[in-house]
Amino acid sequence: MSILINRETKVICQGFTGKNGTFHSEQAIAYGTQMVGGVTPGKGGSEHLGLPVFNTVSDAVSQTGADASVIYVPAPFVLDSIMEAVDAGIQIIVCITEGVPTLDMLKAKVACDHAGIVLIGPNCPGVITPDECKIGIMPGHIHQKGKVGIVSRSGTLTYEAVKQTTDMGYGQSTCVGIGGDPIPGSNFIDILGRFEKDPETEAIVMIGEIGGTAEEEAADFIKAEVSKPVVSYIAGVTAPAGKRMGHAGAIISGGKGTAAEKFAALEAAGVTVTRNLAEIGQTLKRATGW
Amino acid sequence: MNLHEYQGKALFREYGLPVSQGIACDTTEEVLAAAKQIGGDMWVVKAQVHAGGRGKAGGVQLVKTEAEIREFCDRLIGTRLVTYQTDADGQPVSKILIESCTDIASELYLGAVVDRSSRRIVFMASTEGGVEIEKVAHETPEKILKAAVDPLVGAQPYQAREIGFKLGLNPTQLKQFTQIFLGLAKLFEEKDVALIEVNPLVITDEGNLHCLDAKVVIDSNAMYRHADLAAMHDPSQDDAREAKAAKWDLNYVALDGNIGCMVNGAGLAMGTMDTVKIHGGAPANFLDVGGGATKERVAEAFKIILSDTNVKAVFVNIFGGIVRCDMIAEGIIGAVEEVGVTVPVVVRLEGNNAEKGAEILSQSDLNIIAGESLTDAAQKVVAAAGGAA
Repeated sequence: MSILINRETKVICQGFTGKNGTFHSEQAIAYGTQMVGGVTPGKGGSEHLGLPVFNTVSDAVSQTGADASVIYVPAPFVLDSIMEAVDAGIQIIVCITEGVPTLDMLKAKVACDHAGIVLIGPNCPGVITPDECKIGIMPGHIHQKGKVGIVSRSGTLTYEAVKQTTDMGYGQSTCVGIGGDPIPGSNFIDILGRFEKDPETEAIVMIGEIGGTAEEEAADFIKAEVSKPVVSYIAGVTAPAGKRMGHAGAIISGGKGTAAEKFAALEAAGVTVTRNLAEIGQTLKRATGW
Repeated sequence: MNLHEYQGKALFREYGLPVSQGIACDTTEEVLAAAKQIGGDMWVVKAQVHAGGRGKAGGVQLVKTEAEIREFCDRLIGTRLVTYQTDADGQPVSKILIESCTDIASELYLGAVVDRSSRRIVFMASTEGGVEIEKVAHETPEKILKAAVDPLVGAQPYQAREIGFKLGLNPTQLKQFTQIFLGLAKLFEEKDVALIEVNPLVITDEGNLHCLDAKVVIDSNAMYRHADLAAMHDPSQDDAREAKAAKWDLNYVALDGNIGCMVNGAGLAMGTMDTVKIHGGAPANFLDVGGGATKERVAEAFKIILSDTNVKAVFVNIFGGIVRCDMIAEGIIGAVEEVGVTVPVVVRLEGNNAEKGAEILSQSDLNIIAGESLTDAAQKVVAAAGGAA
């Protein structure tokens, strides 16, 4: 088991023949992901990276049985791509693209919820179940199959947590980058709930950052619903108020969304927090008794 | 992207919302001419800056004579206005908005944002207009009335009526409020607004609703589909270094410490600043150099970081995921050489070929120190900058 994706997952790529789609699809294939094709309107019938190219997602799904799609199309076309995947019956959509308008995401989210489809991202590194399936831009080689579930708003911070859990010998069950936008397709709670139910996941690392109240909401959820040990790190203790720190969602506005508030909420919910990025692995050891 | 009040009001007018007759001017003479054009014997003059709290800072004034207009304009045009929302340097004033005067019987608040928790555009209204709404929300949350907009069907009149009745509006005002509410909702959706505030929304002596101020923030991600709004961008209101960084697609935010930071990834960039602090140092900036971390981008990033004269050492923290660390190391060396960096540079490389990268760095005869781990690198950079603060 794992969450969201595994070795059975059949993946197509939207924006397949573009620069990013090509590079990361090559990496995914090399990792062992079951890539079954891609979509580029107008290039249907051709072949790319040894896989069939389709004009529409609908064609790709009916001919390959794909159940997951990864989106690399430019931001102006993301809403269209998500809706196409939803209509074609894709079950999990992972959107890597950065810079998607917020109002587009409000609509996409409603459509995905209505159809019961999981949307991860946008502006995220993707999802990986080590040794089984890699969907996204994360470096596969730092991962190791194991027992820690990782969920994070930041790409490179996910890699830090992955490396530390690999170095400690714990490995990862699944790693989910939910992305740095204000309106993510899936939030911490969606992923925490899945990790709680996953028998392979024995502990959870949750990496948050300033802005919004997703960590506070996750703290309430953990207190009520999560029995597994949770370790958390929040980035942005030194971030000034009112400034957007790279990610569209990383901003302290109206005095809300500070790292201090998030640490306090998580501690109150029984989460073991660390304020030192270099000590996620050690903190996990302490929290689990491994 | 922030709009000026006069730009926001132009949008309000386009959407049929009641705003004062006003003219945005660049010079004192233009303001005087505008006063004549507007007519009457009393006007409001308002400094146009991207910050709230202008009234208390002397940036908004009621004027009755030419002398008063001259005094206000001469005092403000070409200077910087410091309010509680700006930094110590304030924001430059290059435009003055002069408007006809409005008699105020009472002040309301009306605003809308994209609410991250409910994933909806949420309208907020309150009888406590004219003051800081954050304060009202914090101290008396029951005084904030809310309505969430369904993303599929949009704002509906009943939502305006519900709020309007609770605000105690009379039947005429209720009709006006409904029009304002629906107009704002339409503007929000059509112009990709991130935040809109009418503070205050006043009730005039005659009992009519009137939008006295306009704060509009546009979603930067959506600028590509709004050429009209992109043309409203006023670069003078942006931090010069942040604007320069943005040209290179680098995210830079100035802080007040002395350790420059160059990092790939926004989350890790924040994490690096926090790590510097944990080891007793003070970060001078946030900078996300992006995934590629090529020689050109690293060189530009060094230039921006070093334009801050407080910087005593630079911390380069790269988690090379797919890009090889030996290539990044060569890029860093090339950039340090090209820019002529004289302060110590501590580099921590992690990921693909990290050891080879560290070896290349240690063999260079430049002032580059290889950090063995995040902690080691943070300690070294704090020491290189002169020790813990």
